[in-house]
Amino acid sequence: MSSGAHHHEVDNSLAGKVRHNTQLNAQRCYQCGKCSAGCPLAADMDYPPSMILRMLQTGDPVFEEKILRSYTIWLCLSCEMCIQRCPMEVDIPVMMDYLRQESIRRKMVNPKAKNIVSFHKSFLDSIKYTGRLFEFGLVVDYKMRSWKMFQDITLMPGMISRGKLHFIPERIKGIKNVSNIFTKVSKEDKK
Amino acid sequence: MKIGLYPGCSLNGSARDYNESVFALAKAFDIEFEQVPDWNCCGATAAHNMNKELSLSLPARILALAEKHGLADVVVPCAACYSRLAVTQHELLHDPVLRNRVSEIIGMEFKGTTNIMNVIQFVDKFIVDKLEGKITKKFNYNVACYYGCLMVRPAKILKYDRPEDPQSMDVVMRKIGANSLDWGYKVECCGAGLSVSKTDMVSKLSGKIIEDATYRGAEAIIVACPMCHSNLDMRRGDINNYWKNKFTIPVIYLTQAIGLAVGLTEKEVGFKRHFVAVNLPEKKDEPVVDKKVKEKPKEVTSA
Repeated sequence: MSSGAHHHEVDNSLAGKVRHNTQLNAQRCYQCGKCSAGCPLAADMDYPPSMILRMLQTGDPVFEEKILRSYTIWLCLSCEMCIQRCPMEVDIPVMMDYLRQESIRRKMVNPKAKNIVSFHKSFLDSIKYTGRLFEFGLVVDYKMRSWKMFQDITLMPGMISRGKLHFIPERIKGIKNVSNIFTKVSKEDKK
Repeated sequence: MKIGLYPGCSLNGSARDYNESVFALAKAFDIEFEQVPDWNCCGATAAHNMNKELSLSLPARILALAEKHGLADVVVPCAACYSRLAVTQHELLHDPVLRNRVSEIIGMEFKGTTNIMNVIQFVDKFIVDKLEGKITKKFNYNVACYYGCLMVRPAKILKYDRPEDPQSMDVVMRKIGANSLDWGYKVECCGAGLSVSKTDMVSKLSGKIIEDATYRGAEAIIVACPMCHSNLDMRRGDINNYWKNKFTIPVIYLTQAIGLAVGLTEKEVGFKRHFVAVNLPEKKDEPVVDKKVKEKPKEVTSA
């Protein structure tokens, strides 16, 4: 289905969905491995970025599930080193964004990544309710979600004495406008 | 002179030192900032990891407000916000369907006319030309300029400096008397958004940056991003534990270094808010790397 542009049938493979939603073609990758060589966290991932690409290319549902259940897609920092060095300009960070969202939609989030997802959720909630990031609230909310009560507690006194931690959130005037944004944005992928 | 400013959430909280130095520097050069009125958070990593439309709509609201308010130039000192704003503007300008959709979501028209500037561009445009007569105390130290990810990547969109070996910050630092060093981690990632949720990863990545800067003979790491600063400075305890080392190199914002050179005090540029103390010795000579400190000790290897 690599010539998908001329067909009207739906490519239901994960690579097809990536292509439909991000206009990025996984088949362009010829496995040079530059992305994995430059990725600062490749060694900590279950599959390095080039392997994610290879698994996508196969269109095999077994591999597709491995991708969506991988730790890799959550560990990716979006530092953009891979796309910077990719000779075929395959925009892996944009693909990773799509794969993360698809992994949530299919309830396949890797158990090791639960904290990362909790943190993102706490972060977005803070914006939804005040319009801005309320750092203290974020940390408290994240701790409630992740049960990591004592992590970072030692940083608190230092932050307070340096005037770096506020305890009262700032709420912007246009908060309704911002919370409307959260309601209106689509949570589905393109059909 | 009045220019637009989008401070972003960090500068309002944990990066207060950066904020103070940006404002103090502007004041020293008779520049007045006008904040984007009623600005919201750009959504940062969380938004683009979780929801594409959200990651475009939050920055689009900020840019639409700036347009409505007639702010032609908007300075964005936080590299992460700068990247989100610049990428959003690029994407919406190149996709009219998406632009209409986002305009509908934010309930405001988005034209994409704002000139979005990072802090180095701000310094280049409004400060560099006026530096010469203003330097009262040379910043004569060996420095490692650290750009991180979001100031230079994605280069195709930002079109700013060289993505692998940028020079813009180095040029400014040399202008104020520093010896900017060639080193290996200029554009490597510090761990960024994983600071709270995966602190060990941040310790690992930030530690490598600090180690390389230290053993090349740098006396300070110069940054222009509050996330890089908080990972390299506030997380230093975690980093030193992880690497079983005692790295003491201070992390200084570009605006703080320029501020000192033009006569601002350490207090005015916010040094007392750092976690790693800034103890720069008084020096009269030109900065030269001491060959003795350049050798990396054998026992320090990656953990």
